[in-house]
Formats: sequence, C-alpha cells, structure tokens
Amino acid sequence: MNVKNTPEVSRRAFLAGAGTATTALTMGFAMVPVGMSAADAATSNMFSPSMFFDIHPDGRVVVHISKSEFGQHVGTALAQILCDELECDWANVEIKHVGFDARFGLMITGGSWSVNWSFDAMSRAGAAGRKVLIEAAVAKFGGAVSEYTASNGVITGRGRTISYGDLVASGVEARSMTEAEVAGLTLKTADQRRFVGQDVPALDIPAKTRGETGYGIDVEIDGMVYAVPAPPPVRYGAKVNSVDDSAAKAIAGYMKHVVIVDPIGTQTGWVMAIADSYWTAKKAAEALKIDYDLGPNAGVSLASIHAESARLIESGESSRLVLNEGDVDAALKGGEKLHEATYTTGVNIHMTMEPMNATVDIRDGVYNIHSGNQFQTLVMGLVPAAFGIEASQIVFHQQSLGGGYGRRLDADYILMAVATAVDVGKPVKMIWTREADTQFDFTRPAATMKMTASTTGKKIDAWDSNSASSWPNARMAPAFMVPDLSGNEENKYDPFAINGADHWYTIANRRVSNSQNMIAQNALPPGNVRAVSPTWQFWAGESFVDEVAHAVGADPLKMRLSMLDGAGQNAGAGPTTDGAIRLGKTLEKAAEMGGYGKDMGAGKGVGLACVSSQERGSATWTACAAQVSVDKASGEFTVEKLTIVTDVGTAVNPAGVVAQVTGAAMWGFSLATLEEAEVENGAIVANNFDGFTPARMSDAPEVVVELIESGHYPVGAGEPAVTAVAPAIANAIQIAVGARVRSLPITAEKVKAAL
Amino acid sequence: MKKIIVNGVESSVDVTDDTPLLWAVREQLKLTGTKFGCGEGLCGACTVHVNGEAVRSCQTPVGDLEDGAKVTTIEGLHPTNEHPLQVAWIEEQVPQCGYCQSGQIMQAADLLANNPNPSDDDIAAAMDGNICRCMTYGKIKTAIKRAAQA
Repeated sequence: MNVKNTPEVSRRAFLAGAGTATTALTMGFAMVPVGMSAADAATSNMFSPSMFFDIHPDGRVVVHISKSEFGQHVGTALAQILCDELECDWANVEIKHVGFDARFGLMITGGSWSVNWSFDAMSRAGAAGRKVLIEAAVAKFGGAVSEYTASNGVITGRGRTISYGDLVASGVEARSMTEAEVAGLTLKTADQRRFVGQDVPALDIPAKTRGETGYGIDVEIDGMVYAVPAPPPVRYGAKVNSVDDSAAKAIAGYMKHVVIVDPIGTQTGWVMAIADSYWTAKKAAEALKIDYDLGPNAGVSLASIHAESARLIESGESSRLVLNEGDVDAALKGGEKLHEATYTTGVNIHMTMEPMNATVDIRDGVYNIHSGNQFQTLVMGLVPAAFGIEASQIVFHQQSLGGGYGRRLDADYILMAVATAVDVGKPVKMIWTREADTQFDFTRPAATMKMTASTTGKKIDAWDSNSASSWPNARMAPAFMVPDLSGNEENKYDPFAINGADHWYTIANRRVSNSQNMIAQNALPPGNVRAVSPTWQFWAGESFVDEVAHAVGADPLKMRLSMLDGAGQNAGAGPTTDGAIRLGKTLEKAAEMGGYGKDMGAGKGVGLACVSSQERGSATWTACAAQVSVDKASGEFTVEKLTIVTDVGTAVNPAGVVAQVTGAAMWGFSLATLEEAEVENGAIVANNFDGFTPARMSDAPEVVVELIESGHYPVGAGEPAVTAVAPAIANAIQIAVGARVRSLPITAEKVKAAL
Repeated sequence: MKKIIVNGVESSVDVTDDTPLLWAVREQLKLTGTKFGCGEGLCGACTVHVNGEAVRSCQTPVGDLEDGAKVTTIEGLHPTNEHPLQVAWIEEQVPQCGYCQSGQIMQAADLLANNPNPSDDDIAAAMDGNICRCMTYGKIKTAIKRAAQA
C-alpha cells in the first residue's frame, strides 16, 4: 500500500486560495492503491507500509520527514504524531529527511504550516501501519483482528507476543488501502495519546552539541572546487559588461571565473571566482575587476520607496480591493469622530547564520544538488526550467539548514551553483560571503499602512486599511497570487502581503486595500521574512486600535474584547472554531500575567496586542503584553519583559512549542527595536553583523510564554508571536510616557521626537 | 606546511599563511563542526580554542600560529562529547537550527574555565559576541549556569 498526498490535488487545492489551504491540503491527502510490490519488500527485507515510514527487522522505525529542519525540531514533532498512532517504542524511533519526492505534494516548509498540514496525514499513516501489522500477526498466528492489540512496538494476542521488528523480519505482505479505508481508520482520542502532548526531547539536538549535524556548507564531494561570488554594486538589475581577471591569475590556486547567466533572473550581474579552496576563491573574487551596466535601479533609496508607497496610497493607483464589508465610505462620514494614522516598517534582512551555499555534482546527466532549502517543489521546477533538463535528472540531497526564516524558500543560490558547475565541469561547492548574503537577501518589504477609522462613543463604526508594499510572491511564487474583489481576474494580489489586515474584530464596516510598489519590487526583490506580512499589517492594526481607544477615552483591552465577540464569520470553523473568543482569552490572560493596567511607576507601562497570524484559515491565537521603561529626557527605553500567551490548539510537543514561541517573540523584539537596513543607490548599505544588528544576549528581555491547551486541531508556532511584539511595545511606550511611534524600528530618537 | 596539534592530534596544514584557521580546520582537516558565519569576527560561530583560549578562527591566520600550537574544536572538547556544557545543552534543549552552537559552547567553555560560577552579567558579557539568530539566548544562559553547577 502507499500513502499519498497527490500533488495534483494538493496543488490545485492550494491554489484555490491561501485562506483555505490548510484544510484543503489535509483533505487532499489520500491513499492510492499503488503498493510496494511483494518482490520489492522481499529484496529489501524491509517493510515499508507507506512513504511516511519504514520498519526494519531490527525494530527501528524510521519516519520520513518531508519538512526542512532549521530549528523547529519538526522531525521530532511529526514522528511523535505518527508513532503515537503506530504504537511505537520511542527508543526505536529515528527520523530521515526526504530530499524530494513528488508524492508529498507541495514540498514547502514555511507559513507555520508543518504540523497543521501534517497532523491528520501523519496520524492516519501511523494508524494504517498499525492496522497492517496487526493483520500480519493475524495471518501468522490465526484468529481475528479483535483478538490482538498493538502497544509500544509489540503485538499481543492469543497468548502470543511479537515485536514489530520480528514481525517484519518474518515477512509482512505489502498491501494497498483505499481512500475510504484510510478515511475510516479510527484515530486515538486525546486521552489515549502517548507521545502527542509530551515534551519528548528533540532527536536532532544531541548532534547539534557535537558539531556533527550536516549542514549544506559541510558537504564534501571528491574532486570538488570552490566558488565564491563577486556580486554587483546594486541589489538588482546590473549586467556584467566585462571581467578582467589578470590580478586574480596571480593568486595560486585560482582557476577561472564564471559569469552567471540566470535565465530565471532571480539574481543579476554575478560573477563566480573558482579556486581550490574557499579562501583562495574569496581572494580571487576580490581581485576580479568587473565592469557593469548598473541597470535601472541604481538610484533607488529607502526614501524613494516610502515616497512611492505614499503616492500609491493617496492616488489609489493599481489598488487591489481585498476585503469590503458594509459601507465603509458612508460609515466614515457618519461617525462622531474620524481617526487617521500612517504606519511604516523598514527593510529587514534574514541574516541566517549559515550563509547561502550549495554543492552541485553533475555526472552522467544526473544533477546532484546538495543544499538546505525550504521549498523543494520550487527547486525542482526552476532548475529544469533554467537549464533545459528534466526534473527526473535532479537528485536533491536535503541538508540541515543553518537558519531559514524564509530565506531558503528561494532557489537563487541553487541556480547559481548549478550554473557554475555546468560551466566548470567539476563538482562545485559555492559559498557566499557574509557580505553577499547580507546585501543580496530577499528582504522584508518596507511597507506603509494608512489606517482610517470612525467612532461613535467608544465603538468603532468603520475601519479602512490601505497599504502599499512590494509583494514577495509576485516574484517568488506567482501561483500564490489570488484575484481581488473587483471581479477582474487580472487584478491579482499577494495574500502574503495582506495576511494580518483581515483580523477577527467584529466591525460592521471594513475595507482592506493594497497596492504593489513596483519601485521597491524591482530594486529590492522582496522575500518572506519570518512571519511575513502579519509583521507589518498587525504592526499597523494593533497600534491603531490602541490609538483609537485612547482618543475616545476607552481602555484598549476593553475595546478589543468588545470587538472579539465571535459573531458571524468571526465564530470560525474547523481549526479556527471559536475564533475570536479564543483570541480574547489569550489577550485577557496576557493582560493579567503581564500586569496590564497596574501602576508600574513613572516612565513604565505595559502595552497589549493580539494577533491571529499567520492566516485566517490557520490562525494561531496569540497575545503579547510588553513591559517597558522609558527615560523621558532621552527617549531611551528598555523592553523589560514580554509575556506571550498562545493557543495552538493541540501542542504536539509543548516544550518545543514554547521554544519556538520564545524565539518568535525575540525575533519580534529584534525587528521592533534593533534591525534596520538602509538602502542607498539601489543597494543595501549594511554588509555584515556590524551594520545590521540582530539582538545579542545582552539585549534580550525576559520572555514568559504561556500555552493555552484548547484541544483544537493543531496550528503553527514558529512565526505568529513575532507579529504581536512590535505593536505591544509601541502601545506600552504610549501608556508609559504618552509618545506614539509609528515607524519601525522603534528607536530612542523616534520616542524622543514623539514626546 | 604548518604543524599544529588539533584535538590532541599532530596535524599538518598546507595553506598560505594568510589563510584563516577556520578554513584550514574545515577544509584541510575535515573538522566541519566549526562554522563560518561572518568572516569578520562579528558573530562567534567559528570560535575554537588556541592554547586554551577562545579565539575567532576566522580572524586567526594560520601563519600567526606558532608550530605546535594547540587547537581545540568542538569535536575535541570532550573525548565522549560529554563536557558539562554539552550535557547541559541537551538537558536544557538549547539548540534550534544549531549552526551557531559549536561556537556558543566553545565560548562558554572558555568562560567557565576562567570563571566557574559566573553571574548573569558575566555570562552576557562573555557571550555577547556570539550571535544566535534563532535567539536561544535565554536557554544558553540557563544551560551555562546548569553546567557551572555540574
């Protein structure tokens, strides 16, 4: 038998709309009657009841993980889900990351989707395996299925016991299961689970304390040479006119240079220096004299990007209508008070600790790609398109990722390494310098959100969110774009630039619109940076709620709770059942734990924010209470404590969830207060960890995380908390000293200016 | 050809004098537990011990090492990978992506060798040069204290 998430089904379902993607993908899961043949099973002496796991004669259960590992310990969580239903002995469980297998459907790790998309599939794969093993025991010992039980890797019945390993060693006949049979499997209830809900130690951690984990940068191929890039002086649009490598030729070990021609155009104007070591290649890259045509974006700055967004919002040019409920224009005119504020974010860089790299070994027409990547389906689509080969000629060897955060969703570095290997004719290990990695990131868009609302008394009548930014997936994954409400199918927008603007407050008249900033899009190709658009849309929305509340003399907590009534569409369904009510509970708990409303002393305050990141269809209910201390004279402020309360439905590995949420909160803090990339002359100015400064240990506030176990279907944990922190800090600063900062990052200068 | 003692083993590295120890260790000796992060001594991912002191191997040209210099990498920190810090790192489940953690552990080992019972401020001062982009700082601090008590 074979368990399959058919790519056709899942892809079509995914494209139907990101809001429904999770449910649709889960439902797209199906068993198909394409079994491993008995002959295969006999040859391998190994029982593979599904593509999700193998059981070996020595008892080892190897769970196949289709998700990339970059710190979530996703393999452990997915193995917990599967092995709970399979009834394994955890001591025998191992995980193996899959390179690429089309049967897994859309192979992407992002969006905080992994557990949410996989929970049902992994549960059913485990349950199917248990059923087949019990049936094998029946075939061996006789009797009926009802006379046997499986527990902790052993089957017991009719006075006999046999371990899974021994059963497999004695021969288990492969068999198929129909879709109906899979759907009919009885899964455990929450109280029957043994692994789900437990703080199982992560299987990947011991190797990470010994330097034994294999990252892309650690790959070694016999006979390989090294490639180090000489990138152009502008972020995008440059062309190489000529290369003079006479100085490089004087460096012993230098071999040649390669001008990268990437037909996909993910990066432009790059040259690779090839040598017998990284250090030699780096020196050679620095010695290359390259003449460029700088292209059309060499005059772009951060200021010109923001100016264009402001122009787009005022003019309504190319505006996409995303949400339109009630009559916003009439309600804005009819209210007692009109409120307006504009919020901005800067440009942010992923800065994974492991610089981009890939090793490519082409032999006998087979392209072996060794790298860490978050979006194998994209790699397997783009490499054939760029190099005129078949996907079947590619073997993708997935490695551990030294940080992802969305950077490794892109395939640019893999395309470059393939282009280099094709030219050189030898295995090539390409490693970017930190400088290249910093300046050629697919950055978080600089976004502008103009918010307008009207109120009557302490009630919001109308809410209008009008934003502009570049769109990450107009570039990276155009298939993710969806048509807007205009009725014109051509009027598409990137939902990953909007998520977060469609919050769960009940407001009678709501409108959300957005424009794509093409100056930013062309000059500074945008990417999906951890938590993506909810980091800018909730920054605006959750700051604005506080501002409106203060303006009408309402308490921001009470105003939020009054709008989180769970009425109508905000009641939720499926994984989002009880929607807004659950969000309100996290908010009340965060307020209580974080000391909201208490007198903390002069210059101190606690601010709140609550979010439904990442998407309405897979919302993780999260609230933050930020405690700050502000010096009125200088504007200097300290974030003393972040209290995060989150409801992920079912926490598969609660300790793992807390670790992810803590990291997400720290990311939120770092984005909100420390990280900013200046853009001048079409280039990112910073080029290392001195110019772009993520939080270090001494910066870190105390982070307290509380999980609410609501027992609902699991949702993601890696990103949502990022998005609650910035508005909570800004709201706290207003409560502490009355200063409102509307642009990220929040700095002492901005606080002082707002006082 | 430079002769150095790496993790207790006499080793020869055949690189130009300006080659950072980082690349000699990774490419010549195939000890890939030491990581490249920034190349400028700004992130700490490449931290190793030279003659018992933590150094940034990306800022240590091989030519600057005397013959017989003793280099310790993460692979040689403890013969069975059970240095109190490695044990504490597992008990506290510190790593996320893990890429910076060799450097974090090597830096922390230097701290504990000189200050067996560090305060929170001592820890932050010693570890501030080591970036963790997953931002596991809270757990790193807890694990260092746990190892100090071991």
